[in-house]
Amino acid sequence: MAEGLHNSDVKNPVLRWVDQRLPIISMVQREYGTFPTPRNFNYFWNFGALAMITLAIMIATGITLSMQYAANTGLAFDSVERIMRDVNYGWLLRYAHANGASMFFIVVYIHIWRNLFYGSYKTPRELLFMIGVVIFILMMATAFMGYVLPWGQMSFWGATVITNLFSAFPVVGQHIVTWLWGGFSVDNPTLNRFFSLHYLLPFVIAGVVFLHIAALHIVGSNNPLGIEPKGPKDTVPFHPYYTLKDSVGIVVYFLVFALLVFFAPNMLGHPDNYIPANPLVTPAHIVPEWYFLPFYAVLRAVPNKLGGVVLMGGALVILFALPWLDSSPVRSMRFRPIAKWVFLLWTVNFFILGWVGGKPAEQPYILIAQICTAYYFAYFLVLLPLLAKFERPLPLPESIAQAVLGRRGGGPLPAGATAKPMEKA
Amino acid sequence: MADVLANPPKTSPAESGPRHADPVGTEHGEGPVRRDFLKLAAGSFAAVGVGVVAWPFINSMNPSQDVLALASTDVELGPIAEGQAVTVMWRGKPVFVRRRTAQEIQEARAVPVGELRDPATDQSRVKQGKDQWLVVLGVCTHLGCVPLGQKPTDDRGAYGGWFCPCHGSHYDTAGRVRRGPAPTNLAIPDYTFTSDTRIRVG
Amino acid sequence: MRLGLTSFLKGAAIAAALALAPAAVDGGARAQGHDVIHLPDTKFTFDGVFGTFDRASAQRGFQVYKEVCSACHSMRQLSYRHLTGIGLNATQVQALASQFQVQDGPNDNGEMFERPARPSDRFRRPFANDAAARAANNGALPPDLSVMVKAREGGADYLHALLVGYEEPPPGVTVANGMHYNKYFPGHQIAMAAPLNTDGQVTYADGTKSTVDQMATDVTTFLAWAAEPELEQRRALGVRMVIFLTILGGLAYAVKRKVWANLH
Repeated sequence: MAEGLHNSDVKNPVLRWVDQRLPIISMVQREYGTFPTPRNFNYFWNFGALAMITLAIMIATGITLSMQYAANTGLAFDSVERIMRDVNYGWLLRYAHANGASMFFIVVYIHIWRNLFYGSYKTPRELLFMIGVVIFILMMATAFMGYVLPWGQMSFWGATVITNLFSAFPVVGQHIVTWLWGGFSVDNPTLNRFFSLHYLLPFVIAGVVFLHIAALHIVGSNNPLGIEPKGPKDTVPFHPYYTLKDSVGIVVYFLVFALLVFFAPNMLGHPDNYIPANPLVTPAHIVPEWYFLPFYAVLRAVPNKLGGVVLMGGALVILFALPWLDSSPVRSMRFRPIAKWVFLLWTVNFFILGWVGGKPAEQPYILIAQICTAYYFAYFLVLLPLLAKFERPLPLPESIAQAVLGRRGGGPLPAGATAKPMEKA
Repeated sequence: MADVLANPPKTSPAESGPRHADPVGTEHGEGPVRRDFLKLAAGSFAAVGVGVVAWPFINSMNPSQDVLALASTDVELGPIAEGQAVTVMWRGKPVFVRRRTAQEIQEARAVPVGELRDPATDQSRVKQGKDQWLVVLGVCTHLGCVPLGQKPTDDRGAYGGWFCPCHGSHYDTAGRVRRGPAPTNLAIPDYTFTSDTRIRVG
Repeated sequence: MRLGLTSFLKGAAIAAALALAPAAVDGGARAQGHDVIHLPDTKFTFDGVFGTFDRASAQRGFQVYKEVCSACHSMRQLSYRHLTGIGLNATQVQALASQFQVQDGPNDNGEMFERPARPSDRFRRPFANDAAARAANNGALPPDLSVMVKAREGGADYLHALLVGYEEPPPGVTVANGMHYNKYFPGHQIAMAAPLNTDGQVTYADGTKSTVDQMATDVTTFLAWAAEPELEQRRALGVRMVIFLTILGGLAYAVKRKVWANLH
């Protein structure tokens, strides 16, 4: 072997030649082939792969749609209708893209929920988690700008309301908004730059996803038990075990996706967005897309403009501090009898926030939003730090293999460790 | 990247002890046969799925329905004097309409068809009884430039038809290629005479 | 494996809840504000998963649009060629288009001129621009009808209800000058006078009796098609997708199960 070449195991001479000089085949083999993965994942661990697939679908449909779309206030609405009527399979691409955004958020919300439930954010995966939060925030920005592009009523007024959030900042606020708009209202310059950024950001997301996965492969995956694999018996090679398990999840996911796209493509949309944008008339009920509703509720829970904006931002930013707010050494909520219920209540609370976010800003919804906002923050700032101190966790199993295989895993099991770990999955 | 990721806890199926099935799965008696069939079926299904899904993306880049239905173009022939030509736009491309002189027609018909690169009689390139009117697509069949010859001041090439300045193809008064790199004659679009002095292209 | 399936089902349930919650949320939000108006559920042939457009009804509906609605309402997203979608053939479309005069130009003298429409032309618009439309309609702008069925809460049911929902205002309700009472319009006061007001207003060539309800059903069918011309193709493709994915899912699950069985 010549000096400086990578030591490749690949048999095929051509592939070997490539692999010696650019070891991508070795890398894929190592990261997705033999990569040792905890053997006890449940189906919640599908959602990372599902998110990646969705990103790919969004980029593919987005690029083909952009070939037909016109980012001009005079043409945008009609160009979208032309895609729906005249472009071959244009309706399919557009509905897949529009509903793909919703599917993306469903998948990522479940992915985050799994992370919070099984304590995946804890050491050594803090940075992995923080990169994930960055992806989530980038997704929100991308989705928001994408919703503006069809230039319907909700596009226009959503853009107006959300960009106006920045006017809450004292002194510079109005300047920032004017800068964002490129004018004195949401208009053609705004649409143009939103299109440009909407095209750019998915590739930024893809880059950050790469970092997310790189970080994951340094620290390895968490698992439903929240204990680190201790030996070879605790892990299986990623391929074929998890490539196959992910495939099952992907097909089921596509089934749900297909039902939405083919049979209820406008269910998650809003009829007002089929009315061309009109800067002189605001729709009676303006609501953001469903995936923003919980945060929208936090915004409206505060009667003060700046306060609302800061709190809404805080609801996202607080996630960055989560690994340090929750200092309990036990990761999985399965072994945290109190925290589990406190967290499940937080989950319900998040749904209620989403529900009031879609209601008009009037009583009793404001009060509900305020209570839920208080609990949202209390969970992170008060309950988790206190529980870390005072909660007595259940005994952890000795190893993953032992918990999964029972006696066959070797050795007697300590009482309590067998507390039906898989059924909680 | 490769080096950064090079140190996860090392394990492999071979090391993982007898209780681990090896991933290729030859342990169980009838396992391999059934799984191979299953794998093959699942794999081919997935491959078909991927292929089918690719089609909408590819097809979306084909001409859309509004482009295919693009309006036809009407040309008024009355104002065109003998020996003159007009250029009209059809499907985003120029269409040459030339009213040929008797001499031009005669020249075109005098050529032995067998000697042509793309053999075609002059009669086959005009509508019967409308021998004066030559309607061709004004796009050189070499690489798509617009040949000269429409304006009276243009170079009409060595055969009195059109001359493509890009790579030097010469066309005769029937729009047939006579010299230069162009492989075929100028194309003739679909057109009909809607009256004696009017044609509709497309 | 049983355990894995349980957890999977839980995941699916959560996904479904996440997907459905917002629909419920939106529905709740939209009912707010005014009194809640219950729309009657009109039976259309395109309802349901396997529904298709009744071509004859859609063609009659186009006639209603042409003879009644198009005096004020544009359908700017549609071209005459699109009408092949409701079962007209190319010759019929050609003949139909040529009944309309559309503006073209400029000609060689730099002037705009009128000519008979071709199939590739968009539907003729009743007014040159929005200002002209307002001027002719007491300041109210008749909305474009191209995607009306998708642009209103309640869709086709709402449109049909609106068209047959004109009545005398209940006692105690005063209707503003130039407005009309409609029991299904949000706020009940609508600028548009009852467009379909007498039986037999339109004479159908196929002999169908043109009651107000029939005309409303027909024109709603036409507008539903206009808003979602892809609907039939979409559902047909969807059924095939679902069947395909179900089989593929079964196969993938079987392979996965078999491979994982070796671990236990």
